[in-house]
Amino acid sequence: MSGGSRAHLRRHAAPMAAFLLVYAVLTAFVENSYYQLIMTVVPVWAVMGLAWNLLSGYSGLVSFGHAAFFGLGAYFVALTQIHWGLPPWFSIPLAGVLGALAGLLVGIPTFRLRGHYFALAMLAYPLALLYVFEWLGYQELALPMRRDAPLRYMQFDDHRLYAWLALGLMGGAMMLTGLVERARFGMSLLAIKQDEAAAEAAGIDTLAWKLKAITLSGAMAATIGGFYAVVLLIVTPPAVFGMLVSAQALIVAMFGGVGTLWGPVIGAVVLVPLSELLHAKLGNFIPGIQGVVYGIAIVAVILVAPEGVFWKVRDLSLRRRAPRALPDSVAPVRAEAEPSTRHSVHDRVPIFEVGNAPVFEVRNVSKAFGGLRAVQDVSLTVTRGEILGIIGPNGAGKTTLFNLLNGFIRPDQGQILLEGHSIVGSKPYRICAAGVGRTFQVVRPFRRMSVLDNALVGAYVHAASHRQARAAAQAALAQVGLSREMHLAAGGLSNKQLRLLELARALAGRPKVLLLDETLAGLSARDIEEVTSVVRRLAAQGVTIVIIEHTMPAMVRLVHRFVVLDHGAVLAQGQPAEITRNPAVVDAYLGRRWRAEHA
Amino acid sequence: MAQFVESFLQALTAGLLTGAVYGLMCVGLSLIFGVMRVINFAQGDFMMLGMYVAFYAFGLLGGHLAFGAAMAPYLAALIAGPVIFLSGIAVHRLLISRVTGIRGSALESEGHYAQLILTLGIALVLQNGGLYAFGSAPVSIATPLSSSAWELGPLAGDSVSVFVNRGQTVAAAIALAAVLAFVALMSRSRLGKSLRAAADNPEAAIYMGIDVDRAHRLAFGFGVAITAIGGGLLASSYPFQPYVGLEYVIVMYAGVVLGGLGSVAGAFLGGLIIGLVQQLSTLFLPNQLQNTAIFVVFLAIVLLRPQGLFGTAARRT
Repeated sequence: MSGGSRAHLRRHAAPMAAFLLVYAVLTAFVENSYYQLIMTVVPVWAVMGLAWNLLSGYSGLVSFGHAAFFGLGAYFVALTQIHWGLPPWFSIPLAGVLGALAGLLVGIPTFRLRGHYFALAMLAYPLALLYVFEWLGYQELALPMRRDAPLRYMQFDDHRLYAWLALGLMGGAMMLTGLVERARFGMSLLAIKQDEAAAEAAGIDTLAWKLKAITLSGAMAATIGGFYAVVLLIVTPPAVFGMLVSAQALIVAMFGGVGTLWGPVIGAVVLVPLSELLHAKLGNFIPGIQGVVYGIAIVAVILVAPEGVFWKVRDLSLRRRAPRALPDSVAPVRAEAEPSTRHSVHDRVPIFEVGNAPVFEVRNVSKAFGGLRAVQDVSLTVTRGEILGIIGPNGAGKTTLFNLLNGFIRPDQGQILLEGHSIVGSKPYRICAAGVGRTFQVVRPFRRMSVLDNALVGAYVHAASHRQARAAAQAALAQVGLSREMHLAAGGLSNKQLRLLELARALAGRPKVLLLDETLAGLSARDIEEVTSVVRRLAAQGVTIVIIEHTMPAMVRLVHRFVVLDHGAVLAQGQPAEITRNPAVVDAYLGRRWRAEHA
Repeated sequence: MAQFVESFLQALTAGLLTGAVYGLMCVGLSLIFGVMRVINFAQGDFMMLGMYVAFYAFGLLGGHLAFGAAMAPYLAALIAGPVIFLSGIAVHRLLISRVTGIRGSALESEGHYAQLILTLGIALVLQNGGLYAFGSAPVSIATPLSSSAWELGPLAGDSVSVFVNRGQTVAAAIALAAVLAFVALMSRSRLGKSLRAAADNPEAAIYMGIDVDRAHRLAFGFGVAITAIGGGLLASSYPFQPYVGLEYVIVMYAGVVLGGLGSVAGAFLGGLIIGLVQQLSTLFLPNQLQNTAIFVVFLAIVLLRPQGLFGTAARRT
């Protein structure tokens, strides 16, 4: 895997090794076989939580159906031992393969759904399987005892061995999560969680990453399900396909903290022994106490710390440490003082004069939503290094035009050419890879991630390796003047810095054309100056820019040319000086006050 | 052939009768989703509570009714309504209101997951708490009506005749009446109007002086109460235990999604169709796979036609 994730793993390696070691040593002193069982099921549910977390924690697509994979793994191990005498040492890894396949098969149709529908559809899979396995007559499968070859069949007299094996599996699952977390894989999933559309626009093939995630997640869940069958020796449909299995995976992860490799482990370490011990002490008087404990735990987490214990603790400790970090963040931003082009990779790029060959051509594009003709017969051309401003009243179709240009929606008719090649009908991530970057009206940074990581998400499109992506992200940050803030959390940035960060994220993908949607909105006059000077510099380096904006005074000075849209059609186009005097434009958009002030 | 026709007609009748009760249950769920945009995972467990309320109410009513034991189960089912209404209001006020409504909408997509997972937690507590409160042994409400039937026929020839269970027929009639009463309430009363306004556009509703939080609370209360009445009606023909909610939560979602999320008439028809699917599947599939048939239909609907059979707008979020 990539260099970044290996470095990341190294950072987690010491606490991970320490935790596993302490756990292993503690296990050695446990003599009571019931407590040995608890020591075994804690890592089992931690792995189940990690499996859930890998898909749902990072991508934000909540699965209520991980029991499907767990149960398939458990039944696979049980059935292959009963019928073919296959030892678990072989069947558990094979169960993982089966789980990966099941994940892929479930993912292909189900990822067409989002949000609630995805969650509900996932719920249906294990419940359907539950009845199928009952109907097949597998109400209760017992793994045969193999006194002849106990080691071969993982039938240990010393039950601590199970705990150590489970611990090994958990270490593996944590390592896998660590590798995914900070690599392109995890970054892409996080981007999907934040805003799937924006991720597509940043060049991320969202479907492919989601499928990889559910495949890996299904493999982990089925592996641990297979192991669970060996530990308990008896497999019943409700115990492996039941609602509580899916719920437990979700709850240990949510309780401990979603989107982190420690979360599910923390959740399992706290909740599993608690519910098991209560069950042992009170189970006779209060049946179902385990479910009640999990239910109360998840209700409390949602109300008190919706993102889990890990993040709550981390946020609190960061707040305490914050004063020390302060001098850094209040130091004057030097970006303006030093021309950031100096340390950018763009010194390879020659400076372009406006007026070369057309980069982007839009020919007679139309789009209607039902009866509303949002964009009508729009044609425009942008040349390399040009800054084209798109203006018009609200509802004129400006953002719809951008959505057509970057592939979010398909035009009803017309052509869109990027350097002479048609991009109509391509997926947004392909259009991004072909060289169209964009920003959005609403800025949505990944608040807990650093500024650099935010830019990194956009950098993978053209990067072969993590190192290259990192270099591109750093270069993009330098271009917009955010180098000093690189390691701050994005949540602490000012509005202007957030706009610049979004610009950097789009730039990191090395776009030929950059579509900027209201980048100056809500900024003060001084901030506008700063951001427009960055945009101007980008154009000078050969990036073609199309910008939607309402702040006319700034736009008049920024752009080379205007296209005015009204009711979805081009009302006028031309130099700023012509446009601002065009009576039709003044009537439709600029208004009488503009005329009075600029007459 | 005659044999098949007979069993087909029999399944059709049974499907329509249970379907009507499913329809009522779906209307309750659909009300909650329509007004609050919340997927209530615990709906099946409120239904389970309704069944037990009906069970205990029946126990108390049993001998004391002047007009005989025949009507007692249905009266008991209706009693479940107000009891579950109050518990729904309480659960909403204490828990759900903290992550929904105006406060929840600020959380955007994260808010939706918070709601979904919160109701999962409530479902777990209710199911497993129910195990403690009610015990794990299945119970049912025994009534003379549920074991007697009208014979229709012979219809064609002299061999084909259909038995219509009396208990189920009365239950279906009550379910239908309850749905009609609810529709009248929603379209005529001030309460109904404020609920619909809050569903349509919560922000605008606030500006019009509608207390949206109250509207959500009432929608949740009515929603679980309607489903609970459905559960109470079902209780006289099927045995149940505290985990029964899980089976029906899928039945309900299948019906509601089939009818198009948020539409009352659609939800009722959806429930009816699910009842038919369940009963007709027994013609081709073993009994144990009844629910699998429903899940498969449910998956097919969400994958192929997420806006529902009767819906128009595709809203997948």
